[in-house]
Amino acid sequence: MSALIEFRDVGKSFGPVEVLHNIDLTIDQGEVVVLVGPSGSGKSTLLRCINGLEMVTSGELVVDGIHLPRQKRRIREVRQEVGMVFQLFHLFPHMSALDNVAFGPRKVRGMSREEAHDVAKDLLKKVGLDDRSHHYPAELSGGQQQRVAIARALAINPKIMLFDEPTSALDPELREEVLNVMIAVAEQGITMVVVTHEMSFASKAGSRLLFMDGGRIAEDGDPQTLLRNPSSERLQNFLQHVGY
Amino acid sequence: MGFEFKYVVESIPALLQGAKLTWYITIIGIVGGLALGTLAGLMRLAGTSAVGGASYGHFRWLAITSQKVAIGYIELIRGTPIIVQAMFIYFALPMLIEVTTGYKGIRFDALTAAIITIIINAGAYMAEIVRGAVQSVNKGLVEAGMAMGISRLQLITSVIGPIAFKRAIPPLGNQFIISLKDTSLFIVIGVGELTRQGQEIMASNFRALEIWSAVAVCYLIMTTALALILKFMERRIKII
Repeated sequence: MSALIEFRDVGKSFGPVEVLHNIDLTIDQGEVVVLVGPSGSGKSTLLRCINGLEMVTSGELVVDGIHLPRQKRRIREVRQEVGMVFQLFHLFPHMSALDNVAFGPRKVRGMSREEAHDVAKDLLKKVGLDDRSHHYPAELSGGQQQRVAIARALAINPKIMLFDEPTSALDPELREEVLNVMIAVAEQGITMVVVTHEMSFASKAGSRLLFMDGGRIAEDGDPQTLLRNPSSERLQNFLQHVGY
Repeated sequence: MGFEFKYVVESIPALLQGAKLTWYITIIGIVGGLALGTLAGLMRLAGTSAVGGASYGHFRWLAITSQKVAIGYIELIRGTPIIVQAMFIYFALPMLIEVTTGYKGIRFDALTAAIITIIINAGAYMAEIVRGAVQSVNKGLVEAGMAMGISRLQLITSVIGPIAFKRAIPPLGNQFIISLKDTSLFIVIGVGELTRQGQEIMASNFRALEIWSAVAVCYLIMTTALALILKFMERRIKII
């Protein structure tokens, strides 16, 4: 096991507001880390630091051998190895599902149109949407859009996948289809960091659960153990809130 | 003395000549203005989150300078009347060049001065249209592009550009029509465009009613043509 992501005493502030305090965290290859916590606890910010959508303001963050913020000019190299899935999907509205998925392979990996389309068709099949490949995002349901977004992020063959509340904008019946795709991705052994309120995903597919509170990692452990016997009162309260 | 149609018929060849020149100035002017406006609009946004976030190192300095240059240009042009700009480029610029560099006799002919004026003037307004359209693109889409590790140029040309362009079409259409009508002001520097042709015919036969009606109709036909071209473009770009 080798460390793919390493937070060393990382802090992040937006102006005077400090959202992350002294984060020390090592994520190894193949881990499926589930980040939970109340809103405002800094989980999304922590996630977004990994691919430099937010730049850490103190300490050091090493992602795939690149040291941030010192080597922030090489942030594109980090991003080319990290796929990201957003809460609101953010598919490119002017491209079909197929072109959305082919976008990364073409622009980032320099594949030809045909090669990229082959990769994209393959991935759309894996997320169960090969019959929707020529539809535009606006013609797809939320769950379908999110599955296309997962395929798009996987298309560059990343070492790490980041998920930022991927099911929060979906109706309960659409969540299931997205979660199933995520579980399938986790089973492939790709390193994942997932911000979610879906405790079922944490217990089914997570290899590690982090509970964040007030910009700090308050709990860090095996999901099944932590969910069954939450040791701290804060985690107990939180789990009650999310109805687990 | 009622409306006598024969004066309209008589004026048609000269008015068409003028309309041709008006169309010519307008098309070169708005194509050039769109290029200049796109450049200035993007410079105005350099280094902001709308085009992929902060720049580092030397690029940061470049971004700040670009922004200031663009703001200076936009404010200068929006803050002065186009007729003054035309006069300046036609009459004052050659003198300025002579005073500052010593080169004598550099001057644009009236037509060139007219085209340059439209490009510079329309460019400033279009820069703001481009800025607004780019800023209106959902920040999440910009982030989705950035998160893939594409270059800033790829981000602008493949993600932001196509989405912003469709949104910019209605306000750009406005500006195209304003620029077309602004060419009538070049009567002051002696360009033989439509309004000047009308003025000259009117001065010889004093048929104000017939001639200015005919001139107005000519403008109306051209602005309608521009509007139709834009409508066609808007329909063809399929962003749902």
